[in-house]
Amino acid sequence: MLQVALMHDKSIAELRGDLDARVYSSVELTRHYLDRIARLDPRLNSFITVAEEQALAKAEQADRAIAAGAGGPLTGIPIAHKDIFCTQGLRTSCGSRMLDNFIAPYDATVVGQLDAVVLGKTNMDEFAMGSSNETSYYGPVRNPWDPARVPGGSSGGSAAAVAARLCAAATGTDTGGSIRQPAALCGVTGVKPTYGRCSRWGMIAFASSLDQAGPMARTAADAALMLQAMAGFDPRDSTSVDTPVPDYAALLDADLHGLRIGLPKEYFGDGLDGGVAASIEEAIRAYEGLGAEVRKVSLPNSPLSVPVYYVVAPAECSSNLARFDGVRYGHRCENPKDLEDLYKRSRAEGFGAEVQRRIMIGTYALSAGYYDAYYLKAQKIRHLIADDFRRAFEQVDVILGPTSPTTAFPIGSKMDDPVAMYLNDIYTIATNLAGLPGLSIPVAPAAGMPVGLQLIGNYFDEGRLLNVAHRLQQTTDWHRATPPGFE
Amino acid sequence: MGLLRSDVEKIAHLARLAIAPGETARYAQELSQILDLVAQMDAVDTQGVDPMAHPLHMIQRLRPDLPSEPNQRGRFQAIAPLTEAGLYLVPKVIE
Repeated sequence: MLQVALMHDKSIAELRGDLDARVYSSVELTRHYLDRIARLDPRLNSFITVAEEQALAKAEQADRAIAAGAGGPLTGIPIAHKDIFCTQGLRTSCGSRMLDNFIAPYDATVVGQLDAVVLGKTNMDEFAMGSSNETSYYGPVRNPWDPARVPGGSSGGSAAAVAARLCAAATGTDTGGSIRQPAALCGVTGVKPTYGRCSRWGMIAFASSLDQAGPMARTAADAALMLQAMAGFDPRDSTSVDTPVPDYAALLDADLHGLRIGLPKEYFGDGLDGGVAASIEEAIRAYEGLGAEVRKVSLPNSPLSVPVYYVVAPAECSSNLARFDGVRYGHRCENPKDLEDLYKRSRAEGFGAEVQRRIMIGTYALSAGYYDAYYLKAQKIRHLIADDFRRAFEQVDVILGPTSPTTAFPIGSKMDDPVAMYLNDIYTIATNLAGLPGLSIPVAPAAGMPVGLQLIGNYFDEGRLLNVAHRLQQTTDWHRATPPGFE
Repeated sequence: MGLLRSDVEKIAHLARLAIAPGETARYAQELSQILDLVAQMDAVDTQGVDPMAHPLHMIQRLRPDLPSEPNQRGRFQAIAPLTEAGLYLVPKVIE
């Protein structure tokens, strides 16, 4: 059946058209994806929970809604959610033993707003702390382009599942690069919106001033449809911003003549792999061909973004993870001697090594006598980093650079040195510190592995970012490549 | 910046994390490595710079102090490890 064979290569817009025209049903489409997951995911380990029964029930409901003309933009479209989003009735583990037994009693706001068919929950670095999806309690995720390599993290499962066509699209979260970097390493499109654009209600908190939910898909056009549903003010999230959501799809085709693209000199220096640099250069030439004007800018405080992040994020996480104490939900140790033992052993047993490291660093940075030297100092430098971007955006419309300094590295190669792992985030972190939107799209591969190009925009300029990404995807084919074995 | 094992024990207690005695040395080393990374901040002059807690300099939005959600205690306690009569049970705190 030719139609069935091509379903997983179709865009969300094409699937929407086919479902509405009853070319096939959401149940058939969902079964198709569930079959692919059963057959192909053992190679990747990208799913923690596959929700076969619930997905098919939702697909049936979707087919009825479509038949009644009462469907929404994503009704009946099978997607996957990073296992950090609460999904009612489904395990929501956050990649951790601490929440292995946690069945979420409610849906996160963005889950409800998407209202799609949920195939399952994707694997991730534990509590979103990692850049390689190697810290998950459920084992590492493998890159569909080379199973001996990491998919990136922390949204590694979502990135791998989208690249391998195991779902039409997926959600991720990005605190220091966790959507953009795995998107780059797996060759897909991933968007981190402006801080406050998407609701964080029901999204398990890592670092409250940095976390953002965002879409991961194979094209900017698909990501735009996903973001349209995910964005918007939510009174339940006190950090949600009450700003109208533009029509992202309507902005996609705008012409790029006169667009001013800034290249930060700090993102093109030492540490950037030559193959990655060459692919980025090729894409810059393509943008010039589309009429954009490229100029150099400087973000002088960039080198400080990694140290600042590794104070701010652990500090905020140490506070957010204090709620996991064996009392109301999650893992509880056996036979606690007293309350202190209950807390200490439940937490030591429930959390993996990287999470414990970050809680410890965060606790230290916030403790009496150290708060000023660490947390307050970091927040001041954060201000300087945001000011660098503000000045740059006086001269350019978007900022362009590599998403990651290298392509995907071998599984296990950076686990001995936490600091080496942290440097993977060097180009993405500043965007979170400033609260700006950013995205990653695939450009030409280097030595057979995907390369991501990052675009950073001004506050709430996601529409422009998606437009700039989409225009490249209209004239190049890099985003269409399929990992061998996953056709 | 070298953390001592006693520092690690103090931090672990504040964080309510049980650390096995054999692991204190490893933690001291790993945490010290991270603090070495973070020490790069010392070179920056931040005199007169305001700390930035929120990317958009927002302030906490408030709402009327009126209940807006139904009481769902039973539903939320269904997933708790140990409860009784609407209470969460823990080992005795007061002797």
